[in-house]
Amino acid sequence: MSTTAPSIEALANQEYKWGFVTEIEADSIPKGLNEDVVRLISAKKNEPEFMLEWRLKSYRQWLKMEEPKWPNVHYPRIDYQDIIYYSAPVTKAGPKSLDEVDPELLRTYEKLGIPLKEQELLAGIAVDMVFDSVSVATTFKAKLGELGIIFCSFSEAVQEHPDLIKKYLGSVVPYSDNFFATLNSAVFSDGSFVYIPKGVRCPMELSTYFRINAKDSGQFERTLIIADEGAYVSYLEGCTAPMRDNNQLHAAVVELVALDNAQIKYSTVQNWYPGDKQGKGGIYNFVTKRGKCLGVNSKISWTQVETGSAITWKYPSVILMGDNSVGEFYSVALANNYQQADTGTKMIHIGKNTRSTIVSKGISAGHGQNTYRGMVKILKGAAGARNYSQCDSLLLGDQCGAHTFPYLEVKNTSAQVEHEASTSKIGEDQIFYCRQRGISAEDAVSMIVHGFCKEVFRELPMEFAVEAQKLLGISLEGSVG
Amino acid sequence: MALLTIKNLHASVAGKEILRGIDLTVNTGEVHAIMGPNGSGKSTLAQVLAGRDLYQVTDGQVLYDGKDLLNMPPEERAQEGIFMAFQYPVEIPGVSNMYFLKAALNTIRKRRGLEELDAMDFLTLVKEKLALVEMDPAFLNRPVNAGFSGGEKKRNEIFQMAVLEPRLAILDETDSGLDIDALKIVANGVNQLRTRDRAMIVVTHYQRLLNYIVPDYVHVLANGRIVKSGDKNLALELDQSGYAGLEEAVTA
Repeated sequence: MSTTAPSIEALANQEYKWGFVTEIEADSIPKGLNEDVVRLISAKKNEPEFMLEWRLKSYRQWLKMEEPKWPNVHYPRIDYQDIIYYSAPVTKAGPKSLDEVDPELLRTYEKLGIPLKEQELLAGIAVDMVFDSVSVATTFKAKLGELGIIFCSFSEAVQEHPDLIKKYLGSVVPYSDNFFATLNSAVFSDGSFVYIPKGVRCPMELSTYFRINAKDSGQFERTLIIADEGAYVSYLEGCTAPMRDNNQLHAAVVELVALDNAQIKYSTVQNWYPGDKQGKGGIYNFVTKRGKCLGVNSKISWTQVETGSAITWKYPSVILMGDNSVGEFYSVALANNYQQADTGTKMIHIGKNTRSTIVSKGISAGHGQNTYRGMVKILKGAAGARNYSQCDSLLLGDQCGAHTFPYLEVKNTSAQVEHEASTSKIGEDQIFYCRQRGISAEDAVSMIVHGFCKEVFRELPMEFAVEAQKLLGISLEGSVG
Repeated sequence: MALLTIKNLHASVAGKEILRGIDLTVNTGEVHAIMGPNGSGKSTLAQVLAGRDLYQVTDGQVLYDGKDLLNMPPEERAQEGIFMAFQYPVEIPGVSNMYFLKAALNTIRKRRGLEELDAMDFLTLVKEKLALVEMDPAFLNRPVNAGFSGGEKKRNEIFQMAVLEPRLAILDETDSGLDIDALKIVANGVNQLRTRDRAMIVVTHYQRLLNYIVPDYVHVLANGRIVKSGDKNLALELDQSGYAGLEEAVTA
């Protein structure tokens, strides 16, 4: 009987759609890392003295640190001398408008499905693109400027707003925080900077597309978002990378600061190259993301859909300092083929009546290994703090794995902490039931997975939710036969 | 008109032959009951007709509406109008009944060259059908079969059948696990769906169900073959004499 679904292999054989390399002249420095390289990066960016000092301080700290071994992921040793720490597309003097941006570069973004022009005109999204290390174009700047909103590349912010950088850089993720964050602090080349002034509600979603292009270049970008009192901003980060045989390291740092009554919503759809079906190649996504609810009644919300990368290792966290502040973490992480994901969050309750919500959905397929690791810490002074955590795992097939490591540390007796967890499996019988009702096997898987993830998807801005759903569909095609 | 023609059907599971030459013709408008002891192959027959690939067809032919049924994947059979009410309806957590059934109905409508129903039209349709099996509309928002009682699951199957309007309905032990009240509701739902252009195959172990869904024909399956066919009275006879005599007759 030819009643089997299109074979797993046929579908899994689908190529990574975004695996193209853009031929662009790049200004790269030789491989390797030493103090001179750190100075060179700083000099190339024409940075003020305080930045160089900060980088050097970080570099010297990094030399004393060791790569952490505790995550539930496995990869060959990274040779940090075999990485190019700075690669920038060559442009004359920096583009003033989109017309000045290398058309080849714009075509790259079009292939990714983000035609800048169209977005600029239709979608009303301001996009700051990070191509390898340098931010190439920022749209909508003028319009945002009228509201006093600063949305620019990190390098530009260092030049134009050094006081804000001085005040907030490293205030959430200190230079000595961890091995990868410290490395980033020494060598980061660019990233995005956002400042929303008092009482301003940012009228559009701010968006950055990261893309790693040059061979053997690690990408170390740095994002800093500050929402001043009563401000609101929703920020979207989307990531893709072309196909490369060698693993590429991505060690970013994101810092969020919310002052009194401010709100920051940070959404990520990460679709970096996951490696091939045998587990060769792919991105190492070792990222430190942390937000600080500094003010009273402030709120920071992380939503992430992680479908790409060979290894994902990140814990977007919230430090709840201000009384009544709120932290949220909504996550969908997918590990297919030989992908590994060790992700989760930390919620640190310091202020009174602080609240946090954690919803984590892990999907494992093929030989994928998915780990949820989360910490909820309630300090002595956090009277009336509450946390709700929910971790669900979905398994497709019998070669994959799901692991859950929740850590709870409660030092105040008036706190309430709830944790729920479940593991389920998409079974042959569920697929057949759907097919008997006329629904194809692929649609059935996608329907079940979507149902599993919908609590997270509904936290995403509309257009991102659609993209996330599609990505998940593509990443899972053929995982059930 | 013959809607379904089964000729010399043989099927095995994991190398063990279960169906050993089934011949059966079902015309539109007819209700056929398939009875038999445990292990006689009743459910296997239902599953093979629905296209479950756990079972390997080793010989024979099945024509459905003149087409070679065995070469169609299960979803195509469903789209062509074959519906199976499962003996053990499957739970699909996270997917609402509403969403599930709308997706199913629209693939079937598409196949029939009809326009897809939008959410509003769909809601109107399902509310009307819910009444058939006396179910509360709130149930539409619950995940498919998740946390349903046995009776609710079976009623859900009949409700789905009412919405999808199949040409051939196969009810696989729909009476198992039902108390008498639930059985009456389910049977009543089924009876309302009996039409001149729809055929039904009712698989059951017990005669009880056939008091409520009165078949045109009754076939007794034993050791993978139909050993006796008759009208509704055959079911009553079996109820008194049991299956034992029939099985002996076959093996002898």
